[in-house]
Amino acid sequence: MAGPDKGFSRWLLATNHKDIGILYLWFSFAMFLLGGSFAMVIRAELFQPGLQLVDPNFFNQMTTMHGLVMVFGAIMPAFVGLANYMIPIMIGAPDMALPRMNNLSFWILPFAFAILASSLFMEGGAPNFGWTFYAPLSTTYAPPSVTFFIFGVHLMGISSIMGAINIVATIFNLRAPGMTLMKMPLFVWTWLITAFLLIAVMPVLAGAVTMMLMDIHFGTSFFSAAGGGDPVLFQHIFWFFGHPEVYIIILPAFGVVSEIIPTFSRKPLFGYASMVYATAAIAFLSFIVWAHHMFTVGMPLVGELYFMWATMLIAVPTAAKVFNWITTMFKGALTFETPMLFCIAFVFLFTLGGLTGLMLAIAPADMQYHDSYFVVAHFHYTMVAGAIFSISASVYYWLPKWTGRMYNETMGKVHFWIAFIGFNLTFFPQHFLGLAGMPRRIPDYSIQFADFNMISSIGAFTYGLAQLIFLFNIIRTIYFGEKTTEEQTWESARGLEWTLPSPLPFHTFERPPAIK
Amino acid sequence: MTKKGIVALSALISTLSLSLPGLANVERFETNMTESITDVGKEIYDIHMLVFWICVAAGILVFLFMLYTIIKYRKSNGHKPATFHENTAVEITWTVIPLIILLGMAWPASKTLIKIYDTSEADMDILITGYQWKWRYEYLTNDENDNVSFFSVLSTPQDEIHNIDPKNNNYLLEVDKPLVLPVNKKVRFLITANDVIHAWWVPALAVKKDAIPGFVNETWATPKETGIYRGQCAELCGKDHGFMPIVVDIRSEEDFNAWLKEEQAKAAEIKALTSKVFSMKELYDEGEKVYQKACLACHGANGEGGIGKAIAKSAIAMGDINTHMDVIVNGVPGTAMQAFGSQLTDVELAAVTTFQRNAFGNNMNETVQPIDIYNLKQGQ
Ligand code: HEC
Ligand SMILES: [Cu+2]
Repeated sequence: MAGPDKGFSRWLLATNHKDIGILYLWFSFAMFLLGGSFAMVIRAELFQPGLQLVDPNFFNQMTTMHGLVMVFGAIMPAFVGLANYMIPIMIGAPDMALPRMNNLSFWILPFAFAILASSLFMEGGAPNFGWTFYAPLSTTYAPPSVTFFIFGVHLMGISSIMGAINIVATIFNLRAPGMTLMKMPLFVWTWLITAFLLIAVMPVLAGAVTMMLMDIHFGTSFFSAAGGGDPVLFQHIFWFFGHPEVYIIILPAFGVVSEIIPTFSRKPLFGYASMVYATAAIAFLSFIVWAHHMFTVGMPLVGELYFMWATMLIAVPTAAKVFNWITTMFKGALTFETPMLFCIAFVFLFTLGGLTGLMLAIAPADMQYHDSYFVVAHFHYTMVAGAIFSISASVYYWLPKWTGRMYNETMGKVHFWIAFIGFNLTFFPQHFLGLAGMPRRIPDYSIQFADFNMISSIGAFTYGLAQLIFLFNIIRTIYFGEKTTEEQTWESARGLEWTLPSPLPFHTFERPPAIK
Repeated sequence: MTKKGIVALSALISTLSLSLPGLANVERFETNMTESITDVGKEIYDIHMLVFWICVAAGILVFLFMLYTIIKYRKSNGHKPATFHENTAVEITWTVIPLIILLGMAWPASKTLIKIYDTSEADMDILITGYQWKWRYEYLTNDENDNVSFFSVLSTPQDEIHNIDPKNNNYLLEVDKPLVLPVNKKVRFLITANDVIHAWWVPALAVKKDAIPGFVNETWATPKETGIYRGQCAELCGKDHGFMPIVVDIRSEEDFNAWLKEEQAKAAEIKALTSKVFSMKELYDEGEKVYQKACLACHGANGEGGIGKAIAKSAIAMGDINTHMDVIVNGVPGTAMQAFGSQLTDVELAAVTTFQRNAFGNNMNETVQPIDIYNLKQGQ
C-alpha cells in the first residue's frame, strides 16, 4: 500500500484513520482555544461588579457560544480523534471499517462550526439563549441567527452519528482474531458504549432543534403554550439527549484513565470486568435520570421522587470506578510522568465533581443549588478536570508513539501544575458563590460576591495560560523533540500500540497480530 | 503554589476588591447556603449539611487512601509492583456500602420533598408573574375588585451599574416596590410568566420555582421572621436576566394588614380616576413622565427610535387613534414592543398615548381619555 499523498489533498481526501485522527485532534484544539477565548471574555467581565467590557446581550452570546463550542467542538471531536487514531491499533485492525464515511464525518465539522461562529457577525448577534437553549427564549424570542444555529447543530449531529456508527462497525467487525470483547482495552470498551449512546441520543437532539425550526418558521406550537404546546416539553427532550450527552463526554475519559493509570502503576487494572460492567450500568442509568436537571419546573411529586432516587444510584457504579483506579495504584510502583499527573488529578477532581453531583441529586437541596454557580462549579469539575484533563493526559501519553519524538517532561509538568492550580482557583470558589446565592449566566453581580469572582477570574486567566504552554510543548515535540524509536515508551505499558515502532508507520496491522 | 504565592495573591485580591467602595459593609466571603427563615427551609439546610458532611467524609477517606498510595508505593522508594487484580468480595463491598449510605440520604430528602409539595391550606395566595425583565405581584382576594397588583422593578441606578457612581450595599438586589408578606402565615405562591421562562428564587425562603408562560406552578412558604430578604431571577431569560431582583419585605400581621388596606384604597382611587375627564395639559404632562419611565429606553428621548420604531412622525402615532391605543395596550407580538395594558394604569396609558400624539412634532391636537382605554380593553 502507498504512503500518504503530498500536500493538502492528504488531508482533504484523507481516509487513513491516523490522518483523520490528527485532523480531529487539531480541529478540537482550535475549538478549545476559541471556546477558551470566549471564557476569557466572560471571566474578564466578571472580574469586578459592574458592566465594564461587554453589554449583557453579548455576554449571553459568550456563555452560549462557550458552552456549545467546548462541548461539541472541543471535547467530543477530541475523543473522536483519539478513537480514530487508537481504536484500530488497539484491536489489531488495519483501519476504521468505513474510511470514506470517516472522511465525511470529519469534514462536516469545520463547516458546522464556521456556520455557528459566523452567527457572531450576523444582525442580532449569535445565539444568546444558553447552550441548553430553552424554548421559548430560543424560539419566539431568539435572534435571527437561531436558524443558522439549528443548521449547525444538525450538521454536528450527522457528523457524530456517522462517527459513532463507524466506531461500532470497526469494533464489531475488525478485531484481530483472538481479540475477544473481554480482552479489548477499556478505552475501546468505553468508546463502544459511548458510540451506542451517541446513536441513541443525537437523533433526539436533531428532533428538538427541528421542532424549534418548525415553531420559528412554519407556524407550529410545539413549545408555545399560547398555541397549545408546552415549553417544558422542550426541556424533557433536551435533557433526554443532554444527560446521556454528559456521559458521552466522560466515558471515553474513563477509558483513557483506565489505560494510563495501570501503565504508571506497573500493575494491571484492578477490576477489568467490573469496570466494563460499571460503564454499561452508568450508560443505562444515564437514560432514566434526565429530569434531575428540571427539579424546579414543577414536576409532580412522584416524578420528583423517582428522578431523585434514580440519580442517586449513579453514584454506585461511579464510586466503583474511582475505587478501582485507586486500588490499581495501591501497591504498584508509581512514577509520575505528565500523563500520570493528569490522571491522578483526574481521579481527585472528578471525585469532587461526583460528590457535588450527589449533592445536586438531592431534590430538595437541588431546588436551592439549581441554576446557581454551584452547578457551574460542579460540571466544570467533571467536564474540565474530567474530560479535558484526560485528553491532556492522552496527548502526552501517546504523543511519543504518534510522532516518534519525546515531549519535554519539565514543560509538561509545568503545564500540569499551572493548569491544576488555575483550574481549582477558577472553579473551587464558584461552589461558595453558588451556595451564597449567585445565579449563573449573569453579567453582573451584587457586591458580596466580588472577592470570589475576582479569584475565579484570576484562576481562569492562569488556566488559559497553561493551555498555551501545552500547545507550545506539542509543536515543539513534533519538530524538535528528542527522537525515540522504542516500541515501549513507558516501560510497562500494555496494549498492541506498544508492540509497534515509533513513530507509527502510516499503515499498521495490515496483517492481524497474534493475540495471546 | 508556594506560601509566598498564596500570600501575594490574597494581598492582590484584597487590595483590588477593597478598592470597591462600600464593600467593607457587606457580608464577604460567604461560603455556605443562606440559613432559611422557614421551617421547611431549615430542613433543607439540614439535609444540605448532612449530605455535605457525608461527602466530606467519603472524600477524605478516598483521598487519604490515594495519598497514602502515592507516598508509599513510589517506584523511587524502590517498591516492586504487586500483581493482584480482581477480588469479588472487595468489589461487592464497595458497591453495597455506598448503597446503604445513599439510602440514609434518600430517606430524609424524600420526607422534606413531600412537605415542599404540600401547598394545601394556605392563608393567602400571591400570583407572581415573570416579565422580561421585572416581576409582577398580585394579592388574590375573594373579590377580584380588592386584588392589589403591582410591578417590582430593579431600582439600582444605571450610573452604579456603569461604574460612574459608587455601588451601594444592595447593588442589583433592590427594587422600587418589594413584595410585602405577613409573618407566620402560610403563603402560597402561584408562579407563571408572560414571555419566556424565569425562576423566582429567594434563598431565605428556600423557594425556587420556574415561572413558565402558559402554566402556573405552585409552591409555598411560612416565613417565621420579619425583615427584608433578597433574591434574583434564576433562569436565563434574555438580556437583563441579571437585572430582575426580588425583594421580600416580611412584616408583622398588623403592619401587613395596614399596608394592604392602603394599597387597596390606592387601587380604588385609580379606578375612580378612570372615569374622570382630564385636560390636554394634565394628560400631556403625566404622559411625558410615563414615557420617560417606560418607553424612552426603546423609543428615544426625542421619539427618534432605537430598539423600537420612531414615534416622531410615526404613521401609527399620527394615524387611527384606536390602532395607536391597541399597539400600546396589546403590544406587537413577536417584537420587543410589549403589551403595556396590564403594566400601566388606564390613566397612564391614556396619558402616554396623548403624549405621543402631541409630542415630537406630531401635534395631532387630540386627547385620549382613560375611559377610551377602558372601553378598548372591555371590547376585547
Ligand atoms: C423593549 C422596547 C420597547 C419599549 C420599552 C417600548 N416599545 Fe414601543 N415599540 C418597540 C418596538 C420594537 C416597536 C416596533 C414594533 C414593530 O415591529 O411593529 C415599537 C412600536 C411602537 C409603536 C408603533 C410605532 C410605529 O410607527 O409602528 C408605538 C405607538 C409604541 N411602540 C409605543 C410605545 C409606548 C407608548 C411605550 C411605553 C409605554 C413603548 N412603546 C415602549 C419597542 C418598545
Ligand atoms: Cu427572568
